Amino acid sequence: MEIDPFIFRFSIFILAIFVGYYVVWSVTPSLHTPLMSVTNAISSVIIVGAIIAALAGSSENIFEISNIFGFLAIVLAAVNIFGGFLVTQRMLQMYKKKKKNK
Amino acid sequence: MISANLSAIFYLISGILFILALRGLSSPETSRQGNLFGILGMIIAITVTFLTVGNFSTSTIYVFIFLLIGGAIGAFIAFKIPMTAMPELVAGFHSLVGLAAVFVAISAFKNPQAFNLGVPGDIKLASLIEMSIGAAVGAITFSGSIIAFLKLRGIMSGSPITFTGQHIVNLLIGISIFVLIYFLCSSQSESFFWSMITISFLIGVLLIIPIGGADMPVVISMLNSYSGWAAAGIGFTLENTALIITGALVGSSGAILSYIMCKGMNRSFFSVILGGFGGDASVSKDKKKDQKPVKSGNAEDAAFLLKNASSVIIVPGYGMAVAQAQHALREMVDTLKKNDIKVSYAVHPVAGRMPGHMNVLLAEANVPYDEVFELDDINNDFANTDVAFVIGANDVTNPVAKTDPQSPIFGMPVLDVEKCKSVLFVKRSLSPGYAGVDNELFYRENTMMLFADAKKMTEDIVKNI
Repeated sequence: MEIDPFIFRFSIFILAIFVGYYVVWSVTPSLHTPLMSVTNAISSVIIVGAIIAALAGSSENIFEISNIFGFLAIVLAAVNIFGGFLVTQRMLQMYKKKKKNK
Repeated sequence: MISANLSAIFYLISGILFILALRGLSSPETSRQGNLFGILGMIIAITVTFLTVGNFSTSTIYVFIFLLIGGAIGAFIAFKIPMTAMPELVAGFHSLVGLAAVFVAISAFKNPQAFNLGVPGDIKLASLIEMSIGAAVGAITFSGSIIAFLKLRGIMSGSPITFTGQHIVNLLIGISIFVLIYFLCSSQSESFFWSMITISFLIGVLLIIPIGGADMPVVISMLNSYSGWAAAGIGFTLENTALIITGALVGSSGAILSYIMCKGMNRSFFSVILGGFGGDASVSKDKKKDQKPVKSGNAEDAAFLLKNASSVIIVPGYGMAVAQAQHALREMVDTLKKNDIKVSYAVHPVAGRMPGHMNVLLAEANVPYDEVFELDDINNDFANTDVAFVIGANDVTNPVAKTDPQSPIFGMPVLDVEKCKSVLFVKRSLSPGYAGVDNELFYRENTMMLFADAKKMTEDIVKNI
C-alpha cells in the first residue's frame, strides 16, 4: 500500500511545530521583539512560490494574470525579507553587555 | 536545472537554517549569528528556486528587477525606522506576508500547471483546499495587520469599536468562509474563490477593530502566528519543505508569544480576541477617587530622593515609549551610577505595545541588557530597594491586582513597587490606566507623583542631581 505524500509533508509540518515550540520557549524574553521581526523575515520564504508563479508560462507572454500576481508577491516578500533581516540585525547590534571594570 | 530531489534537500537545509536562526535568539551573544543563518537559509531557498525552474527567459530579469525594488524599499525602511515605531513596523510587515500569500494562492489558482496542481477548472482537491486555507488565512492576516498598524500608528483610535451582535456577525462570516471553500471545491468555480478571499479580508478587519490599544501585544503575536499558518498553507500547496517548516515555526512562535502576553495580563486568549476591553465604557466608574490626598512633587524633590538612595529600580512602561524618554532616562541612570547608586530595570511582560518592546528601547539607549530584569527575577528585590522610579507604567504596578478580587485586573502578575521605601511615579495625570482601574499606589504615603511629560521630567531631574 502506498502512503500519500501529503502524509509525509504533514509529518514534517507537525514535527516542525514541535521544534518551534521548544526553540521559541528557549528564546530570552528580552529578545521577543527581534524574534517577531526575524520570524516575519523568514516567513517571507513564501517568495519561492512567487518566483515560480512569476516564471511560469510561455516566454512570449510573460505578463499573464498569474505572472502579474507572482511579480507583485515578489515585491511584497522582498520588502519583508530585506526589511525584516536588516531591522533585526540593527536591533541585535544594540544589545550590549555591561562594560567591564566600570 | 537541478532535479526535484536535490532541490528538496536544499529546501530542507534552508528550513534547518531557519530553525537555527530562532535558536540563536536564546541569548543576545548568539543572536547575531542566528540572524546570519536566517539570511543564508533565505539565499539558499531563493537560489534553488531559480535553478529548479531553470527557465532563464526574459521574465527572470523582471523577477530580479522586482526583487531589487522590494529589497530596496525594505532596506530603506529598516534603516530609517525609529525604534519606537517597531510595533507598527512589525504589524505592517505581517500584512505584507499575508498579502503575498494571497497573491501566490491566486497565481496558483489561475495557473495550476506551473505548480503541478492540475489544470484550471480541474485542480486537485487537496491542493484546492490547501490554497484556499492559505489564501483565507493570508487575507485575514493582511487586513487584520492593517488595522493593527493603523491603531498602533495612532491613525485610528486605539479604543475598541464594538456594536451589538458583533460576535454573531463574526461567527456567521467565519462559517461562510468554510461554506465557500466547500462550494469552491465541489464546483471549481472562480467566483467562489474570489468571494472567499473578499470575505476573509472583511473578517480580518472585523476581528481586530474591537480590540483595544494595550491588548496590541497579543494581537501582534497572534497575527505573527497567522502569517506563519498562511505560509504553511501555501507550503502544502507548493509541496515545499522550506515553506512548511517555516510556516510551522512562525505559527508556533506567534502562538507562544500570544500565550505569554495573555498570561502577563492574566486574561484568557478568548477574552482578548473577543475584545471590547479597556474602552471608554470602563473608565470613570470609580467616582469617589477625587477625595483622596495625593502627594506630588517636582524634579528637585525627585532628585533629592534619588540622590540619597543607595538602590533604585526603574520601571518603564508604554508612556516612556510615547515620550521617547529612554535616552534621557539612561542619562539620569548614568548620573546616579556616578554617585555609587545601584540601578536596575524591571520590565513587565506586557509593558509597551509588543513583546519585548521595552527591552529594545532600553537597548537603543545603550542600557546593557544584563541590567534589565524580567518580572520574576526582580520582584523580590523591591523590598530591599530605596526608590522605585515608575516611568510611563501604570496597571502593571497596581497592587489592587493582588488584593481586590472584584478588580478587572485581579490576578494579573504585577511588579511589587509599593514595597520600596519610596515610589516616584512619573505620569501626566491621575487618570486610570488602560484597564480603567484607579491605581491605589497614587494615594500611598510613600508615593510621590511627578506630574509631567516623562522625557522632560527625567531631563529636569538630571539637572537637579
